[in-house]
Amino acid sequence: MHEIGTLSPTLLLISHALKVVVVFTATLLLVALLTLAERRISAWIQDRLGPNRVGPQGILQPIADGLKNFLKEETYPGRASKLFFLLAPALAIGPAFVTFAVVPFAAPLPTPWGLVDMIVADLPIGILYVLAIAGLGVYGIVMAGWSSNNKYAFLGGLRASAQIVSYEVGLGMSLVPVFMLAGNVTLTHIVWTQQQELGLWLAFPLGLSFLLFVISAFAETNRLPFDMAEAESELVSGFHTEYSSMKFAMFFMAEYANMITAAALMATLFLGGWDIPFWTGDDMHVVAPGIVEGAAPAWWKTVLTLGAFGVKTLFFLFCFIWIRWTVPRFRYDQIMHLGWKVMLPTALAYIGLMGASILVLDRIGLEFGFVYGLILTAVNALATIVFLTLVDRDRVMTGSAAGRGGTHRLPQGVTATRFPAAGATSAREG
Amino acid sequence: MSIGIKMVRRPVSETSYLRAVLKGMALTFRHLVDPHKVTLEYPDEKPQLSPRWRGTHRMEVHADGRPKCVACGLCPTICPANCIRLVPGEDDQGNRYPIVYEIDEFRCIFCGMCQEVCPVEAIHVGQDFENAEYTRERFVYDLDRLMAQDHPVTALWDPEDPLGQ
Repeated sequence: MHEIGTLSPTLLLISHALKVVVVFTATLLLVALLTLAERRISAWIQDRLGPNRVGPQGILQPIADGLKNFLKEETYPGRASKLFFLLAPALAIGPAFVTFAVVPFAAPLPTPWGLVDMIVADLPIGILYVLAIAGLGVYGIVMAGWSSNNKYAFLGGLRASAQIVSYEVGLGMSLVPVFMLAGNVTLTHIVWTQQQELGLWLAFPLGLSFLLFVISAFAETNRLPFDMAEAESELVSGFHTEYSSMKFAMFFMAEYANMITAAALMATLFLGGWDIPFWTGDDMHVVAPGIVEGAAPAWWKTVLTLGAFGVKTLFFLFCFIWIRWTVPRFRYDQIMHLGWKVMLPTALAYIGLMGASILVLDRIGLEFGFVYGLILTAVNALATIVFLTLVDRDRVMTGSAAGRGGTHRLPQGVTATRFPAAGATSAREG
Repeated sequence: MSIGIKMVRRPVSETSYLRAVLKGMALTFRHLVDPHKVTLEYPDEKPQLSPRWRGTHRMEVHADGRPKCVACGLCPTICPANCIRLVPGEDDQGNRYPIVYEIDEFRCIFCGMCQEVCPVEAIHVGQDFENAEYTRERFVYDLDRLMAQDHPVTALWDPEDPLGQ
């Protein structure tokens, strides 16, 4: 136990205001850099170079893009519902930027005036807040699609709402095992569980949860292979077809801000957050204001852990981009099939399995710690292998149009026969 | 009525989504880290022109600055695109020279026959492709312009062996 002391109310207010400003600015900056990273990585994957003209290695390209967007003409489609058309970008970008508030991004920082948590708002409801606010993001997309009075935008909004609502279920379900293991929904406590109580990143004992969470997060952020809302090859550019200038840029920024939050959540929930692996010097947890459990906090530990958090988040952001430029878009029915018939039952079964395992281990009287985690890891590895073997068959992944139980099921009235079909002549006779 | 559909049964190794995705990810990652990119950063790097490249013309000049052209009239005659305008003149020593020598580079098809037919190796097609201009009139190159061109002549012509012997 280390008593650092608490900040005075005035300093607390100042520190919170500072954190809000710094985190918001950092997110905005990262969004700008991500747009560049997306373009450059996609270029490299396609053996091109990407934008490298504006500034060294094209680093100023986002600024040029932003300026361009400010100078573009604002267009309004003729029969659009103007109020909702204007409101939609704000509704999309607002939730995208506030979800990051509950993510702890570094070890607490000791100052001469008291301890400063490296988290904007350590809400007791933690991850539930993220789920709630992220669910609001879909309103922006639906309103944009509906108010544009454009069939492509409408279809994009329609698909987005169905997709996000479907995958929100999988997202929530995949997190239940995390709550069961950590016994808490606060993100700071989940980090502490991984650092000290379990001594193991949750990606190991809850690997299938991690997999389901990653898939759902991709669907939630509307990224390929789940970019049904945009689907530029089918729907022009989906829900933001009619948007121009900065209103379009706001949707664009919202997408990248959502990516950052999703990547940060993956890192926090499953890869130990700001924990540095194989080092106990950073295992600390704020039990009460100003009181730290575990290792002694120090400013350099804060910096190091911030770096660790950054590396993990950037890794997931890279994966987002990497997967986007590798995997083609799913068909709509395949997405629904995957969400409702694969993800949801799997998540439910997994909750049951993990709950039973935890119950059995508790009944045996095994202490909650590293060995506990290892046993769960073994159970989980088995579950993951079974899941992947079941899913990795054409009949599960090709969607509802394909067969079941080894035989291909066709729509009614269609029979698989050799061409030319004998039925064709008989139908004419009859 | 039934519709004939040919069903193809494929083994799992061919239809496995996960394996296909992992293979694809490995492929894109290999391309990502591959330092060999096909993009040529054009204004900084110039492309390697083919040895048979025939670009805009240039007129060879004597050491005293006169054009080598003797206004024999072979190039306007051979030119299939009819883009060369030549008005011959003769000075008091009886030397023929071009009074007007214009090549319309828009009409030119860059066949290089003017260079082949020239008896004094005066007109050449060159290794050049950056010909942008602000007006169409600027694409009619007059004698001064042709003499002022400083790009190398085509590699088809060897200065050591000017007559191709």
